[in-house]
Amino acid sequence: MALLSKKDANLIKDPLADNNPITIQVLGICSALAITAELKASVVMAVSVLFVLGMGNVAISLLRNIIPSKIRIIVQLIVVATLVIIVDQVLKAFAYELSKTLSVFVGLIITNCIIMGRFEAFALGNGPWRSFLDGIGNALGYGIILVIVGFFRELLGSGTLFGFPVLGNPIDKTGLYAFGYENNGFMIIPPAALIVVGIIIWVQRSRNKALIEDN
Amino acid sequence: MSDKRLTFKKRLHILKHHYRDKKMAPAFNAIHTFLFSPDDTTHSGAHVRGADDLKRTMNMVIMALIPVLLFSMFNAGYQYYAAIDVANNVSREFSLWESFLTWDNFWIGIIKVLPLVVVSYGVGLLVEFIFAIIKGHEVEEGYLVTGMLVPLIVPIDTPLWMLAVAVVFGVVIGKEVFGGTGMNILNPALTIRAFLFFAYPTWMSGDKVWVYQAVERTGTPDAISGETVLGALAQNHLAELNYSISDMFFGFIPGSVGETSTFLILLGGLFLIYTKIASWRIMVSAVIGSLVMGYIFNMVVDLGVISEASNFYGLMSFEYWKHLLVGGLAFGIVYMATDPVTGSQTNKGKWIYGFFIGFMSVMIRVFNPAYPEGVFLAILLMNVFAPTIDHYVVKANINKRLKRFKNATILPKDSDSRAEELKAETI
Repeated sequence: MALLSKKDANLIKDPLADNNPITIQVLGICSALAITAELKASVVMAVSVLFVLGMGNVAISLLRNIIPSKIRIIVQLIVVATLVIIVDQVLKAFAYELSKTLSVFVGLIITNCIIMGRFEAFALGNGPWRSFLDGIGNALGYGIILVIVGFFRELLGSGTLFGFPVLGNPIDKTGLYAFGYENNGFMIIPPAALIVVGIIIWVQRSRNKALIEDN
Repeated sequence: MSDKRLTFKKRLHILKHHYRDKKMAPAFNAIHTFLFSPDDTTHSGAHVRGADDLKRTMNMVIMALIPVLLFSMFNAGYQYYAAIDVANNVSREFSLWESFLTWDNFWIGIIKVLPLVVVSYGVGLLVEFIFAIIKGHEVEEGYLVTGMLVPLIVPIDTPLWMLAVAVVFGVVIGKEVFGGTGMNILNPALTIRAFLFFAYPTWMSGDKVWVYQAVERTGTPDAISGETVLGALAQNHLAELNYSISDMFFGFIPGSVGETSTFLILLGGLFLIYTKIASWRIMVSAVIGSLVMGYIFNMVVDLGVISEASNFYGLMSFEYWKHLLVGGLAFGIVYMATDPVTGSQTNKGKWIYGFFIGFMSVMIRVFNPAYPEGVFLAILLMNVFAPTIDHYVVKANINKRLKRFKNATILPKDSDSRAEELKAETI
């Protein structure tokens, strides 16, 4: 027996590829450009959004029948803000260095369009279990792009992965560096993330022609 | 008839027909059209064929670049031996035939400059061929000029693999994603230059990379310097500037491979204007723009607003017209800014576009703390704005005509024939 019905499974599967929040809906670009210079930061950001969006979607879904529609945005903001502060405080307590790298971007999860978008588009009209799956699915779709971008940017920009030197030591000239290889400083700066995201979009749409919008 | 008697052209011809509908067709067609005139006939109606097709246009630009390339090969060696003499405290007299146009100098050019050209063309054309085969269109001539420009605008000691990576990036991201030759927003050669600058800044700036072997010799007793004129100015080393104005004009100074000789670039520019390949409006307005900005900086210094201790003093006090003689300004104005694809299309737009290129080149040159050169950044920035400029120029023209049309129809009510006449004129 499948754990999830087909309809429920699609809630998680769709945002991973064919309805990805970043590459298809082009939401949440800001943080995708800003914090993906290191893989570690990408993963932490992805997990933070996973927590906020999963919990937030459930909370909004439970409250959906008692929220007056006129003030629903404010209620949504309160829910997000609460969750984001929890994430921020946890990071500051247990991973202080990392929270400094992420700086304002943890706080700015509040403004991440994906979160408010899912609250508005899904959680306000669906039950808690389906909302939870939708939140997890979208956060994973967001996270997977972050990790892919972070992987290439850290590997090509710093020659490391999760901080471990995988291409050799650039100062002692070991590994690849012995052959004259050098880190690509362009990958460290945010415009490179834009280009990497663009290439992902390009590859995705050339594999699945149905995604190409005709204008 | 035996195969042996077939000419090369005939064989290519047969190959081309053989592969007509195959995936590899664009590759054979490209070689065929590059070497010979195509034998295709038009299938419908009568056509007038212009002789100045894209291939000829591109060849004209390459012809204008050949003297610059040859000069740069000699200059590569000249700068190398000159730097060694300076390091050994040997004074040398300059003489065109004895110390510049020598085989020793040319040999350095062959081993350092030619590989850059080969890598640039090899990698760039490979990417073009792959894209043509995947997308099933003909290989376009667009890379012929880019491939010649790229080696001329990089420092001589650029490692070849870096150039190859940058060329792949520039051709794919700068051109192919927009739809190939003629569709690109940014000049591909400058995209390649900008990528190199941001990706590998240590190889693109500083006082070592401009002269052959200066990087390798750093820290050894044989160390030599390769400081450019702009580099010295940016660090306020005014006393070390021992290049005369004629050195700067004829190009006997260190710098990117082909950017030094303002004289040959000027000749190339005149050739391009004469053959109507490049726009004289862009060149003239860019020169004016750079002079204006340079003059403003000179005025600031004359008014005593900044002191000699200021970081910008060296570059700001540089006489305004000398900016045209050093760095890549002349090269950028003549060969890069005039790119017909990425520049403005309207005549008025060309004046605005060119002016801001010159204006901002000098501004970035003076204020950029990391690297005293801004021509490539200024041109890329104006490439982005070129369509906007054109849009407003066209819109202004429409508004002007509309206004004239309205006035013409309302005012001379007494005589209807006059109104008709004016109407005919304006439309």
